[in-house]
Amino acid sequence: MAPPAQSQRSPSPSQPSGKGEVSDLKSQLRQLAGSRAPGIDDSKRELFKKVISYMTVGIDVSSLFGEMVMCSATSDIVLKKMCYLYVGNYAKVNPDLALLTINFLQRDCKDEDPMIRGLALRSLCSLRVANLVEYLVGPLGSGLKDNNNYVRTVAVMGVLKLYHISASTCVDADFPAMLKHSMLNDSDAQVVANCLSALQEIWSSEASSSEEASREREALLSKPVVYYFLNRIKEFSEWAQCLVLELVGKYVPSETSEIFDIMNLLEDRLQHANGAVVLATIKVFLQLTLSMTDVHQQVYERIKAPLLTLVSSGSPEQSYAVLSHLHLLVMRAPFIFSSDYKHFYCQYNEPSYVKKLKLEMLTAVANESNTYEIVTELCEYAANVDIPIARESIRAVGKIALQQYDVNAIVDRLLQFLEMEKDYVTAEALVLVKDLLRKYPQWSQDCIAVVGNISSKNIQEPKAKAALIWMLGEYSQDMHDAPYILESLIENWEDEYSAEVRLHLLTAVMKCFFKRPPETQKALGAALAAGLADFHQDVHDRALFYYRLLQYNVSVAQRVVDPPKQAVSVFADTQSSEIKDRIFDEFNSLSVVYQKPSYMFTDKEHRGPFEFSDELGHLSIGAESTASSQMLSELAISSVTGHASQSSLAIDDLLGLGLPVAPAPAPSPPLLKLNSKAVLDPGTFQQKWRQLPISLSQEYSVSPRGVAALTAPQALLRHMQGHSIHCIASGGQSPNYKFFFFAQKAEESSTFLVECIINTSSAKAQIKIKADDQSASEAFSTLFQSALSEFGLP
Amino acid sequence: MISQFFVLSQRGDNIVFRDYRGEVQKGSAEIFFRKVKFWKEDGQEEAPPVFNVDGVNYFHVKVVGLLFVATTRVNVSPSLVLELLQRIAHVIKDYLGILNEDSLRKNFVLVYELLDEVIDFGYVQITSTEMLKSYVFNEPIVIDAARLQSLGPASIFMQGGKRMPGTAVTKSVVATEPGGRMREEIFVDIIEKISITFSSSGYILTSEIDGTIQMKSYLSGNPEIRVALNDDLGIGKDGRPTYDYRSSSGSGAVILDDCNFHESVRLDSFDSEKTLSLVPPDGEFTVMNYRMTQEFKPPFRINTLIEEAGALKAEVIIKVRAEFSSSITANTIMVLMPLPKYTSRASFELEPGAVGQTMDFKEANKRLEWGLKKIVGGSEHTLRAKLTFSQESHGNITKESGPVSMTFTIPMYNASRLQVKYLQIAKKSGTYNPYRWVRYVTQANSYVARI
Repeated sequence: MAPPAQSQRSPSPSQPSGKGEVSDLKSQLRQLAGSRAPGIDDSKRELFKKVISYMTVGIDVSSLFGEMVMCSATSDIVLKKMCYLYVGNYAKVNPDLALLTINFLQRDCKDEDPMIRGLALRSLCSLRVANLVEYLVGPLGSGLKDNNNYVRTVAVMGVLKLYHISASTCVDADFPAMLKHSMLNDSDAQVVANCLSALQEIWSSEASSSEEASREREALLSKPVVYYFLNRIKEFSEWAQCLVLELVGKYVPSETSEIFDIMNLLEDRLQHANGAVVLATIKVFLQLTLSMTDVHQQVYERIKAPLLTLVSSGSPEQSYAVLSHLHLLVMRAPFIFSSDYKHFYCQYNEPSYVKKLKLEMLTAVANESNTYEIVTELCEYAANVDIPIARESIRAVGKIALQQYDVNAIVDRLLQFLEMEKDYVTAEALVLVKDLLRKYPQWSQDCIAVVGNISSKNIQEPKAKAALIWMLGEYSQDMHDAPYILESLIENWEDEYSAEVRLHLLTAVMKCFFKRPPETQKALGAALAAGLADFHQDVHDRALFYYRLLQYNVSVAQRVVDPPKQAVSVFADTQSSEIKDRIFDEFNSLSVVYQKPSYMFTDKEHRGPFEFSDELGHLSIGAESTASSQMLSELAISSVTGHASQSSLAIDDLLGLGLPVAPAPAPSPPLLKLNSKAVLDPGTFQQKWRQLPISLSQEYSVSPRGVAALTAPQALLRHMQGHSIHCIASGGQSPNYKFFFFAQKAEESSTFLVECIINTSSAKAQIKIKADDQSASEAFSTLFQSALSEFGLP
Repeated sequence: MISQFFVLSQRGDNIVFRDYRGEVQKGSAEIFFRKVKFWKEDGQEEAPPVFNVDGVNYFHVKVVGLLFVATTRVNVSPSLVLELLQRIAHVIKDYLGILNEDSLRKNFVLVYELLDEVIDFGYVQITSTEMLKSYVFNEPIVIDAARLQSLGPASIFMQGGKRMPGTAVTKSVVATEPGGRMREEIFVDIIEKISITFSSSGYILTSEIDGTIQMKSYLSGNPEIRVALNDDLGIGKDGRPTYDYRSSSGSGAVILDDCNFHESVRLDSFDSEKTLSLVPPDGEFTVMNYRMTQEFKPPFRINTLIEEAGALKAEVIIKVRAEFSSSITANTIMVLMPLPKYTSRASFELEPGAVGQTMDFKEANKRLEWGLKKIVGGSEHTLRAKLTFSQESHGNITKESGPVSMTFTIPMYNASRLQVKYLQIAKKSGTYNPYRWVRYVTQANSYVARI
């Protein structure tokens, strides 16, 4: 079969015609394989290029494997590289054929030219074929000791590749220890950086099964190692600097002076043109100063300018990544950025994902002194051609109004929105006016006057319609034609597709009825009839409920449906403070861009090397005041469930199920004395928890009385505090409760940290203890157990 | 750490695809492209540069219409990956001279070779064009530069003047010139982007200059270079309180809010002599980025007037005045103004003797577009547009139109007055005198006048 003429081919590799071409290539490669004619390398190059271009567009050219390998006997380095690329791509699906390549790759690993040695070693390790690993160990071992730094950098990554193909082969050959040695001794910074990357991956994944790996991983954060990296930081490439900075961010200095030394050393990194370096440095600064409020604030001041510069230089994508981080900081400390509000004004040509962030920042930084200007600016956007942003801007104005600054002027603006006669503006503004009225009922007169002029026929969006209906019901005594508007809306019941609107309509007509019975009675009857016939379950149920309530007693119905209302002081925040803290902890990662902690979007096996145990993030960690308010809000729910578990327990006992009746025998009195006034801030707790190894892990039984007393986490907290064991975080619902406790020795500042999970249905407590002084953890455990066993005793 | 890297054309074709770790499925490019293309059904919002689909994180940057994409399953630093993607585009451009779909397709083997050295098993290794040279062996196939757009801010020199040696920014750092030896030359470009918002009464509400000093060196033997900036240059806190929009510009000093520098820049004599010294690596790179909110004289003033002329008619008058020296000429000016939604027609009237101007009413997005090829400093241009409406306007026509925005390029002009006083190349030989090009250009970033 003669190869077709070159010119007949389609010049664009994006539309190859498929199989025929692959077999053409096959025969052409065969012809060239044995040839030694001069210039043969050039024709080979052309053919190889074609193969690789097919590979790129996704055509399967794996059938050429044999021919490609046959052609690879060459000294031409460009050809070699193409061949390596091809082999790396297809070896995995052709493990048998891959064996063919081992020979020439191993030979190349011993080539005189370090370039060839490096390339061959890299390709050898990239084959990803499990049964060929035995061939890797030798070349990798000599590669790590090669006198050329290029070969060594390749070899280090090769070790990591080997680890992913066969972890046991890698560990058995003692490669991690060799990497550790190179990391601390190699003269080439890139070799050192690669060692760090590789070891972080290897030890993190080994840590779950090997104590030693876990210790080694912790040792990466020890003072000598961290200082070693810091001292060499200028030698590293900007990318490797990010790696080092990430490591330093996790280091916990033992003295304040260290913190300042590190910050002074890294100060000039804030002037780097690479945003990744700057953000990594900022993370170090923020983490180091977490427990030093004043310095922490100074850090915010210091990093403002570099962040703003990064936002305005570079591509829109790069500035988006930086802006997301700025957004996080602004949300955390709005007052620090309140004078910089003009930087958060939107530019007309910015992408909407940038504008959205900026609008949120403007909302956050608004205070007494700048509200007027910010709201004026936002009102400009409301008339914008970009409709989604116009909507967001109106919402932002509303949010600022709800923050209580200069409400007077803002209400006027919002009412102006209602008069703009753009349907989406009206819709957004209605929703806001409703929220405003819930918070500031005193504005009802002004708002009602304007809202009354809006024709309900012009409102289509369910949210806005619902808001309007709510206002009609709530203020029906002040709005002259409220009953008639409601009546006309009820007449169109069938056309109202949104169940939310129909639900609101039912409630509104009820409220209206209580205030103006004669005018509304007919409408109410029609609404209840329509509601009872409604196919939507909730609407049906609500109509039925109202109907029966009215039948039972009208004044009771009024107390249920239309009680006197108190103004809402704070609207529920969408994101809890724990989640926000968690995201802050993961500064300079995707968590910040997604505004979610990593456990929400990452699978377990892909979490980073040092990520904090994710359970802690779910719990309420924070200053005591926030923690307690958090608990109060949870109290209602957990006490209900608590009762449920209690009663089910009683039944269990009646049935005589095998629950231990007698409490576990109290252990002998402990020798350890604890400090009853111990203090530890949550930041330090987190850092310590991250750093210390688990020194003890046990499971206790909890007495049924203890279980019964555990109706809410608070009860146990108070009890444990009586034993000088303090709670820093707690959470969960029956049957699973989770607590983090800490305690300090009476005489010295040696701390114990405890994670305690109590399952009330199995009556078991699982505890993990971490301690500064590991030798005392046994004694502490006894003490903890005895304290726990007394829980619930009268 | 990334898992895959690929480059997609505007149509979604794979031009380059490299899988480093085999952790993300092969169809990722398709998933990515579909997601970006149909981010929101109404097409009004574009996809953010980073998003997550089924546990895979996709990062992308757009460069000359191409999508440079990386994927990973790990929670990495988004800045790092986006910087990296941008850097890869730069390195490729350094090698190919011109970066576009055609040049990438012609040189994809070279690109693979680069990618193998830039990233190993997902970890960044080398991104300096200079260092990569010793590991990369393919020769670039240079494509015809004349009809193609180039990458990066320096590309604006292409369109502008005859005095710019146009080929320089599209020259590969590795390809040898047809004449044999490379020409010894160095380019220093001061590129400024102006963002400004005028209130309806013509006051400046906000203004900012984002500047960058770009360098591209074709000097042999990597000599050290000293770049001297204005003597009276001040930065941030020592100059004055950092963010004071009202500070007077009377002092004459150039005061930057903040700046940052390339890795290679040494600042030993920056505080005392305002001099940067560096050994420029091969390829194009940013020496310095700076940001200035100090008051400056805006190059253009825009005046807009709308007058109702009966129930279904109105007249718009836009005046643009160039407030810079008559020795300078701005080019490729475009003035845009959104008109009320119910505008059905617009007819235009220019001042007598106007040349090189285009006017258009874009029916689809109800926008007036006024293009001017050139505006000489000191001159003023006026456009009158008569609008016809399809319905009576209820409210205020002014509220339903605008703001007026403007784009332009002004070569050899910079609003900040930051200057490169001299460019010293340290080399022993007395006869050595390479070409030094110091070029200034100002562009509009967001130049908006409210009405």
